[in-house]
Amino acid sequence: MSTDLAIETHNLGRVYTVRNRRERRIRKEIVALQDVNLQIPRGELFGLLGPNGAGKTTLIKILTTLLSPTTGWARVAGYDVVREPHKIRPRINMVSGGEASGYGLLTVRENLWMFAQFYGLPSREANRRIEELLRRIGLADRIHTKSSDLSTGLRQKMNIVRGFLTDPEILFLDEPTLGLDVNAARDVRQFIREWLDAHPDRTVLLTTHYMVEADELCDRVAIISQGRVLACDSPEALKRRLQREALFDIDITAPNGLTAAALEALPGVRKAVLTDADGGARLSLVLAADSVLPGVIGVLTERAVQVRHLTKREPTLEDVFVELVGRPLAEEEGQDEQ
Amino acid sequence: MSSEARPFFAPVPKASGWRLFLKTVVARAYPRVVGQQRERSWIFFDVFLSILAVSAYVFVYRAIGAPEEYVGFVVVGGAMTAFWLNVLWSMSSQLYWEKESGNLALYIMAPNSMMAILLGMALGGIIATALRAGAILLVGSLIFHVQYAVGNLPALVAVFILTLAALYGLGMMSASLFLLWGREAWHLANLAQEPIYLLSGFYFPVKNLGFWVAVGASIIPLTLGLDAMRQLLFPSGAMLGFLPVPVEVVVLAVLCILFLIAARWLLGYMERIAVREGRLLESRR
Repeated sequence: MSTDLAIETHNLGRVYTVRNRRERRIRKEIVALQDVNLQIPRGELFGLLGPNGAGKTTLIKILTTLLSPTTGWARVAGYDVVREPHKIRPRINMVSGGEASGYGLLTVRENLWMFAQFYGLPSREANRRIEELLRRIGLADRIHTKSSDLSTGLRQKMNIVRGFLTDPEILFLDEPTLGLDVNAARDVRQFIREWLDAHPDRTVLLTTHYMVEADELCDRVAIISQGRVLACDSPEALKRRLQREALFDIDITAPNGLTAAALEALPGVRKAVLTDADGGARLSLVLAADSVLPGVIGVLTERAVQVRHLTKREPTLEDVFVELVGRPLAEEEGQDEQ
Repeated sequence: MSSEARPFFAPVPKASGWRLFLKTVVARAYPRVVGQQRERSWIFFDVFLSILAVSAYVFVYRAIGAPEEYVGFVVVGGAMTAFWLNVLWSMSSQLYWEKESGNLALYIMAPNSMMAILLGMALGGIIATALRAGAILLVGSLIFHVQYAVGNLPALVAVFILTLAALYGLGMMSASLFLLWGREAWHLANLAQEPIYLLSGFYFPVKNLGFWVAVGASIIPLTLGLDAMRQLLFPSGAMLGFLPVPVEVVVLAVLCILFLIAARWLLGYMERIAVREGRLLESRR
């Protein structure tokens, strides 16, 4: 089946039911996804940005045929995920951050060869690809190392190679740089970009809760929170939404009872977020115009709040997230974990 | 890292159908066969400790003046325990461990058949365990001077293969059950280990348990398999045997087919539950 859309979802939803084990009664229903509508053309690197528990992994599981939706439908490579999973599976692959797949007693080459066989790749071609991909991702010198002897970062690089090895039409990367150090994460991001540049007809759906990653890598980003897609556009377009407004970061010594709500009550203050910072606090403001700032400073002065540093800056995806969700992503995650 | 914009590799035709099935079987068997070579601790744990257990029975039988064939029975039984332990811990519990490591989701998501994965696990387990069982048999036979009288080698080999096919069919079937039952799988395996030594007559002729108990125990293929092999290995085996060998062969063949059909059905059921409820693929880590 030929279609220009690699992935398409329509009012997709998923509700998990938690049952009482003894009485088999439904104890609780958890809405993980709600009315998700996406259209991802072939050749796109599409990002799902949201905190832990936002529904990103649930969406990936549905699209990789590992979980059925409770409402709506989804098509991958033109095939329905519920009715035609056997047609989708040869065309996709998936890598999750922090996964411990494979067998520790096998070497990197052996683990990768094993997974390549599950997709029917000829052995000689599999070994050639393994060498090529390991060279490109910077793991060639570990080809004969047992995977149990690899560090977290190196193991994740091996996992990344596993995903690309079968040359999937559509690749799902679920938090691929989770837990990696800065250098390893950069290598992985560079590898993904290079692969897409060299294979423009391939599609990648990447979930992340790293703003920089989404900004740097993705052609388009959907911001997802509590199972709903709140916005979907290119990172530039999303940030442009805020360019009519003025963004300021003010580092202060101590809030002295000042609250974000008090500042938001001021005329022209669109959003105020107060977070802990080194030895004090940081006030992140979205203002209707620069002219609103003196009023804010006035309130700080009234409360005897000492300003240490003030910066005007360009909008980031983090600001877009705050604008849409009302809280910073880190705070959202903290709330999800409670 | 390089930055060429040419394709990393050209598309190639991939195997499908039976070729994909066979490739998957071989690939999944590989870690078991190779893993054993890299983890030599089995020589102590699986051979030396098994010989100790066998020795205890041998000394008891000799002390009470039991027929000398009993020594051979114990050595053969000791060798076959390796297969039982492999089925219990590396077949029945395996899908549960695969879920915990994240492999299960990748297996289900791949275009291969889950039956091929299970068959690969079984084939690898048989090859790896045959080496252990052979070592126990060899060392035990040498230490205790066991005399064998094989009158019909092809029948012996056929019974051995059929026993393993039925036994690993049971393992493939129970792999899905253990996965469905979750954490209780560990307790189930622990619970099943020792009683089967008794019920299947690993260290004595199962006939001694009485007809109906032996019939009940025959659901474990090792019961009839061991009994048939002993009848074909020792001169007085037929006299101490539970059922005639041809009958045992038929029952083993039926068990083999039933277990494989059940394994296939349960795999499908397990996958449907996994996709519907999501919980089977959730690792606890």
